[in-house]
Amino acid sequence: MRFFNRIATVLTTLFGISIFVFIVLRVIPGDTITSSLGIETGVLTPEQIQSLREYYGIDKPLIGQYLSWITSFLSGDLGFSYSTGAPVWELTKPALLVTTQLALFGTILGVMMGVAVGMFSARKPGSARDFAGQFFGLLALAIPGFVLSTTIVTVMANRFQYFPNGYEYMTPVEDLSMNLQQMLFPSLVLGIAVAAPVMRTTRSALLETVDKDFVRTAYGKGVKPRIVRLRHVLRNSLIPIVTMTGIQFGYLLGGAVIVEKIFALPGMGRQILDAINKREYATVQSSIMVFAILFVTINIVTDWVYRKVDPRIK
Amino acid sequence: MNKLLEISNLSVVIAEDERVLVNDVSFAIEPGEAVGVVGESGSGKTLSALSILGLLARGLKIGSGEVKFQGDNLIQASDETLRKIRGNEIAMIYQDPMTALNPVMKLGDQLLEVLNSHENSIAKPREHVLEGLAAVGIPDPKRAFESYPHEFSGGMRQRVMIAMSLLLSPKLLIADEPTTALDVTIQRQILALVAKERRRRNMSMLWITHDLGVVANLVDRVIVMYAGRIVEVGTVKEIFNSPKHPYTVGLLASLPAADSSKDKLASIPGVPPKPWQVGDSCAFSPRCWKSEENCRSKRPELSDRSASAVACFFPEGSSR
Repeated sequence: MRFFNRIATVLTTLFGISIFVFIVLRVIPGDTITSSLGIETGVLTPEQIQSLREYYGIDKPLIGQYLSWITSFLSGDLGFSYSTGAPVWELTKPALLVTTQLALFGTILGVMMGVAVGMFSARKPGSARDFAGQFFGLLALAIPGFVLSTTIVTVMANRFQYFPNGYEYMTPVEDLSMNLQQMLFPSLVLGIAVAAPVMRTTRSALLETVDKDFVRTAYGKGVKPRIVRLRHVLRNSLIPIVTMTGIQFGYLLGGAVIVEKIFALPGMGRQILDAINKREYATVQSSIMVFAILFVTINIVTDWVYRKVDPRIK
Repeated sequence: MNKLLEISNLSVVIAEDERVLVNDVSFAIEPGEAVGVVGESGSGKTLSALSILGLLARGLKIGSGEVKFQGDNLIQASDETLRKIRGNEIAMIYQDPMTALNPVMKLGDQLLEVLNSHENSIAKPREHVLEGLAAVGIPDPKRAFESYPHEFSGGMRQRVMIAMSLLLSPKLLIADEPTTALDVTIQRQILALVAKERRRRNMSMLWITHDLGVVANLVDRVIVMYAGRIVEVGTVKEIFNSPKHPYTVGLLASLPAADSSKDKLASIPGVPPKPWQVGDSCAFSPRCWKSEENCRSKRPELSDRSASAVACFFPEGSSR
């Protein structure tokens, strides 16, 4: 029963997103014609405009447009890009790989830094080390990704003549070493952004757990302090940390636009941004739906992790 | 010098402002002896017990005094020395079995952890844990081993805690009101279980409670605490038959008796003061029917440090 409820919620969410994206795209001024022809649209005759509208399929009523898009999306056809003529799925596949790799690396780096600094801070609340840890957290939170990215790019390229992202993007299969070099700095920038909230969540969760009775029991048994901190305190603080990690990972999937742009990574963020500028309705709608499906999947995975972390959750 | 544990002049204070919570507490436990500490909430009985193993909560610290275990002062001991004693030579069971066990760890693993934390000669740890669980009356030890705490009732969890504390046959068991959070019928079972295990192992015990009735059949000697100080020490017989401190008298009078024809339980009017507010007076004087000018301006010291003593200017049974 719970399983079916879950499925129903997921489907409703995805349906809502599809409608929302569709409407928002039509509401913003301009359409495929104006964005591809620019001011020259003005010299077109009404007949020419009408035939272009028919060509792009935007002459039909909105309901019809939505239905024809969603039915083909559901049958696995994501439409095609007007500017390149390529099927959206062919564009999306490599872009999705880039973004997923970036988000994954960023999250892993972020969680490692965040949990480490959070544990470091929580060891002695109010001490100098706690202050240092919290300062790192605030700094990571306060520095915008684009500042950090452009700083890294400038310093590395100008000072050290090292800028792997200047070369053509390589997938891990084509050239693993190059791929990792190209991923390093953007992952780091994203990782720092993830580390800040993870650090704060870790710190407060640890401080709450450390005063629990079972921690005293563990010390009372003579368990070594390091093991108490990991096996008893951290282990019981994982739920909020997992939640925060899930949120941040989902956020990275969609929020890496700027970093992708600065580091010239052909990811989903860049693809969607370009598609919005060109008013490529099918590309935007379908890409965002793919994101939405990923997002929902992450939520389901997070719930599954909860159950692994805490046996009381059924 | 055959004392197992000897506490002298122990005080516990709030770290921030040095307010005193436990003041000048001294007592000793001999090998095989069971001592009960009785007092109301806030009397300092639990803090005294936690001080022995250095398990005071954050924000509290030991102000002064000594805790000598087999001759070594545990307060001066290094963290590692203390760790090797905890759970091994001195074990503790706690008031609330619902929160004292790690909720996300299998019970078996929590018990094994005791064995893994200390050097020992137990060849088959898993078998030893299963035997320990069976000994405290867990019906299906193998299943319990794989269970999580939330799958067990409070009484069963307390049994698991007891099994855990006894794994390495400690010389001293500290029990901090282990029956308070349990149903009355379960209380009896737990008390009987602990009494049995103690006799079997000839283990020393420090039993903390607010309920004089609980310790009557369990311990050899009773320490009565009030507002952070010891007010009376005596054998169970002495305390029950001829209590000397008016507070002890009041405590005994407030015990419900099965054969009593009284409609109402006796109570002591008023509430205990905070230990740091007492100053140079008898802390019980505001509630005491015998108090005189002397009680409010001077503090009665514990009459002597022998087996039975009282801190009162006008103890019961004295000529007055």
